Amino acid sequence: MTPCHLRIARRAVTLVTTVVVAAVALAASACGGDEAAPKDVVLVTHDSFAVSKTVRQAFERESGLTLKILQGGDANEVLNRALLTAGDPQGDVVFGIDDSVLSRALEGDLLEEYRSPELSSLQADFGNPDPHVTPIDHGEVCLNVDRGWFASHDVPPPTSLGDLVLDRYRNLLVVENPATSSPGLAFLLATVATYGDPGWETYWRALRANGVRVVDGWEEAYTQQFSGASGSPGKRPIVVSYASSPAAEVIFASKPPTTAPTAAVEDGCYRQVEYAGILRGAHNEDGAKQLIDFMLSERFQADVPGSMFVYPVRADVPLPEEFVKHAIVPRDPLQLPPAEVDANRDRWVARWTDIVVR
Amino acid sequence: MRLALEAIGVVIDGSSILDHVSVDVGAGERLALLGPSGSGKSTALRVAAGLQRPTAGRVLLDGADVTRVPPHRRGIGLVFQDAALFPHRDVAGNVGFGPRVAHLPQAERDARVAEALDLVGLAGTERRDVTTLSGGEAQRVALARALAPRPGVLLLDEPLGALDGPLRQRLQDDLRELFERLALTVVHVTHDVGEAFALGDRVAVLRDGRVAQVATPEELWARPADDWVARFLGMANVFADGDRARVIRPEAVRVVGGEGAVVVAADRDAAVVRLRVREDGGRELEAVVVGVDVPRVGERVAIDVDPGGVVDVRVWRPEMQRRG
Amino acid sequence: MDRHRRALSAAGRAAAVVLPVAFLAVFFAWPLGAILARSLVVDGRPDVPLDVLTDSTTRDVAWFTLWQATVSTVLTLLAGLPLAWALARFRFPGRSVIEALVLVPFVLPTVVVATAFVALLPDDIERSVWAILLAHVFFNVAVVVRVVGAFWAGLDQRLWDAAATLGASPAERQLRLTAPLLAPALASAASIVFLFCFTSFGVILILGGPRYATLETEIYNQAARLFDLRTAAALGLLQLAAVAAAVLVSGRLERRLGGGRRRSGAARRPAGGERVAVAVVVVGSLGLLALPPLALVLRSLQVGTGYGLDHFTALAHETPALFVAPWHAILNSLLFSTAATAIALAVGIPAAVAVASGRRGLDVALMLPLGASAAMLGFGFLLAFDDPPLDLRSSPAIVPLAQALVALPFVVRSLVPALRAVDARMREAAAVLGATPAQVRREIELPLLARPLAVAAGLAFAVSLGEFGATVFLVRADWPTVPVAIFRFLGRPGEGNVGAAMALCVVLMALVAAVALVSERALVRGRPR
Repeated sequence: MTPCHLRIARRAVTLVTTVVVAAVALAASACGGDEAAPKDVVLVTHDSFAVSKTVRQAFERESGLTLKILQGGDANEVLNRALLTAGDPQGDVVFGIDDSVLSRALEGDLLEEYRSPELSSLQADFGNPDPHVTPIDHGEVCLNVDRGWFASHDVPPPTSLGDLVLDRYRNLLVVENPATSSPGLAFLLATVATYGDPGWETYWRALRANGVRVVDGWEEAYTQQFSGASGSPGKRPIVVSYASSPAAEVIFASKPPTTAPTAAVEDGCYRQVEYAGILRGAHNEDGAKQLIDFMLSERFQADVPGSMFVYPVRADVPLPEEFVKHAIVPRDPLQLPPAEVDANRDRWVARWTDIVVR
Repeated sequence: MRLALEAIGVVIDGSSILDHVSVDVGAGERLALLGPSGSGKSTALRVAAGLQRPTAGRVLLDGADVTRVPPHRRGIGLVFQDAALFPHRDVAGNVGFGPRVAHLPQAERDARVAEALDLVGLAGTERRDVTTLSGGEAQRVALARALAPRPGVLLLDEPLGALDGPLRQRLQDDLRELFERLALTVVHVTHDVGEAFALGDRVAVLRDGRVAQVATPEELWARPADDWVARFLGMANVFADGDRARVIRPEAVRVVGGEGAVVVAADRDAAVVRLRVREDGGRELEAVVVGVDVPRVGERVAIDVDPGGVVDVRVWRPEMQRRG
Repeated sequence: MDRHRRALSAAGRAAAVVLPVAFLAVFFAWPLGAILARSLVVDGRPDVPLDVLTDSTTRDVAWFTLWQATVSTVLTLLAGLPLAWALARFRFPGRSVIEALVLVPFVLPTVVVATAFVALLPDDIERSVWAILLAHVFFNVAVVVRVVGAFWAGLDQRLWDAAATLGASPAERQLRLTAPLLAPALASAASIVFLFCFTSFGVILILGGPRYATLETEIYNQAARLFDLRTAAALGLLQLAAVAAAVLVSGRLERRLGGGRRRSGAARRPAGGERVAVAVVVVGSLGLLALPPLALVLRSLQVGTGYGLDHFTALAHETPALFVAPWHAILNSLLFSTAATAIALAVGIPAAVAVASGRRGLDVALMLPLGASAAMLGFGFLLAFDDPPLDLRSSPAIVPLAQALVALPFVVRSLVPALRAVDARMREAAAVLGATPAQVRREIELPLLARPLAVAAGLAFAVSLGEFGATVFLVRADWPTVPVAIFRFLGRPGEGNVGAAMALCVVLMALVAAVALVSERALVRGRPR
């Protein structure tokens, strides 16, 4: 090393010290004021969380709090991060815990009890949850079909889970891996709920024999493999998605069509309820309560379909027009008790992997 | 400007590279540092330039101790063996580098560049890319670059080493003429005896990090300090006997018609022919003759040695140095 | 070199080492240690997960990881060398544009590239190991072109002329001259590509599907999805050890092969048959590299059944998919990447100086962040930075810090060979001509290092721009970067969302190409022509 190199090194030391000090100062200012009443409320949530700007501003205006959002991963990953930091949480409220992971969240002792006064306004199905969590929305995982494909191939679209093993639907279905995807898991649970345990195994063997394709995530299944999604290079006309997906195809189209290019199949839909909860050790417990109450308010609930493409749990909130026209709200969705799901999930997924992937 | 190295010692990684080296170069004098590779001559040059800090001794410029003065404040020019031109600058950028870092005004810089390029015979090449220069041109640009700041002392490290043939001879002639014209103090490192004799007013012979002899070329040729110096200068007729050796200079061996010896080799080098002659007693001598009508290989000849060309010198042994 | 090293004061040497070591200690070792302690210490006693390491599933995953990384590296070198040759050796119209374009694939988020590949590849290759290998080549060819190219450009062309006059055939010249001379740069590039492929995540996940798992995807699976921290930690340690071993081996290789003596090897115009060769190489490589981006450009312009710029103009408007208008993401990306580049250079330059002067342990340490699973490190960040003054968990500052950690090895790797090769006599010549040390730095060192520095800065910026795994884990929802925004859009159905994702991909590509072009032009300004 030469003296010149050294001089460069010394300059670099100065530069990085400045940067690090600035970063630390920024960090300190960002989380300063712990002693005084907190000005922020931090929401920890998954990738699919969304809220309209006006709705978010309404909350901030009414509560006088700044809403910070930490977003990443799916429901399962959000829960795992919350479990990792249990007692010293990243934020105040966690949102996105669904039925399939609910019992783990409760066992992990990471949530405070809270019963929102708004609970009384919810639909009957949702009004009486575990005191640690508050239901915010529900979504149904359903088969989606590409209408255009079936029309042009002169094949009737499937109307039930049982249809999928028929020869005329060979090599047409793409599903998500239940080990890595929450709609994938929901679809596996739907088959368990329909065919029982271990009857579902026979059904999946037949699906495999009929050329089912498995991908890791919803993004790839829907936007890459499914032929009905707009702009998709996909070649398969049946996919596991949501009851609301056809409405999204209309709302986000450059020229909204009169009929949706895709349709959800009502049979075999599996319901997922998403919950919010106050994280134990939250810096701003009072703000957390305000946020949960707000998430149950009419204003937020009315925003839920348009922002997240799931359905409100509140009874008195009308659905947007596109949802009424193009999407379905399955009348009798399948559901398994959370305790049963929790007790068997790992075993089912492992069996499924052996049957379908290996 | 006068340059003196006083009892310089350099030790690198525990091994002695230079040991008590003293040389004194007068203002306007040209000194050749001559030695085989590994003799420490380049290190001596680096010490003079300030690129190598000596472990012992002093460097004096006009009597002032500059041992601890960094190279950029010594006002010394240095030409590297293979030019070491800055690849990211053109010819003018290289030659004008010294005046530029000395913050001379632009007009003065341009004048210096033009002048220096003119001195080395490359006038008008300012805008050329140095990567397109031939070896000889690169060396001339390196020389111009060293001259442009008008150094008091010019150091050259094997400036002709990378060249050969007529190119080498021409640059050597040009250098000599240039040095005489500029009356510069010059220290010039070489392993080539001819180059040292041609370019040096005096020659310092370096051997294993010590000065073996300092003398004018004529003195050196007439009275080499010992048998090693004689051999290094290219003398073949060196006959050791105990602590003393007899040196017979080749031009003192006269070859005439007659008996007593036979020509075993005859090598012509332009006007001069170098003969190797074996006496019937078995001793081989080297002689030089001129002209066209010279003895041929196999021819019987007589040998006559001019006593003025015979000197007796010490025999050098490596352990002598260690003791000293 | 030896002499210089000795001339250096101990304090000076320490200065170059302290900063990188401190940076690694705080932002790498500490969080990693935190998550390992949490995973592998039960009731205060270490729980050695030997059973995980000897498990047959682990063995299969490890073998596949090694296999695909090796094959991908070899293929990437083969694919990148012709272009590196053409760019290093010759001057031709559009050369700098091509140099910049090569960087584009490197920064594209894996989601985007996978999308492009799915669109391009025939159905039966799409989900095979070939898709993985192909995508790895596509991603990493820039590393080979950049690292090897910069070095190649500095080699003396006369050597090849000499070899030619000595009667060596073109093939022999490549084998006996080019290969050994380039060896250090090749080893350097190969080790980076290997590490990238060895720790590949998105490509394996998306193109490999559930059938193929590497250590990195399996760690993510175990940690983030199954929350089996013990297994994840065991696999994480295995991966880290493998990466450290690979770095050590490549370092040894690089040293044994030695550095070629560098001269100014001027690029020249190709002549005669060379023209054809250069044209074939450039057009061929560009064709292959341009295909996936072109597919994306086409998709970004697809509006309904026709074409238009609607998806680009839509970036100005709020959307439910993001908490800010999408164009904010572009600003955020530029901001974060600039900061990350500054940090990476500030830490990387002294680190490179230290490594170049023989601190090999540091070299290995600097490469380790590449070998650590993003999921594990992300978890570690959550555990470690939870208290002031380093409560970074909800601070935007954590993003450039994490990105800099990822970019650091690129900075060091591009600078070390150049630092080693700067001719000491250039400095000496300048000093003797009267240049002060400051002038030597400004007039000689900086211009001579300008190109490698530009390469380093460009790579660091590009890596930061495209960084996704750590960013998505750490960034706040109202500070999305472009890759994060793309990911959010792709996660939603509907043409508008897919279109916005594609438009942002195109913006990202353009951004990288522009930055690469500008940084190189600006920094190499001092050169004649």
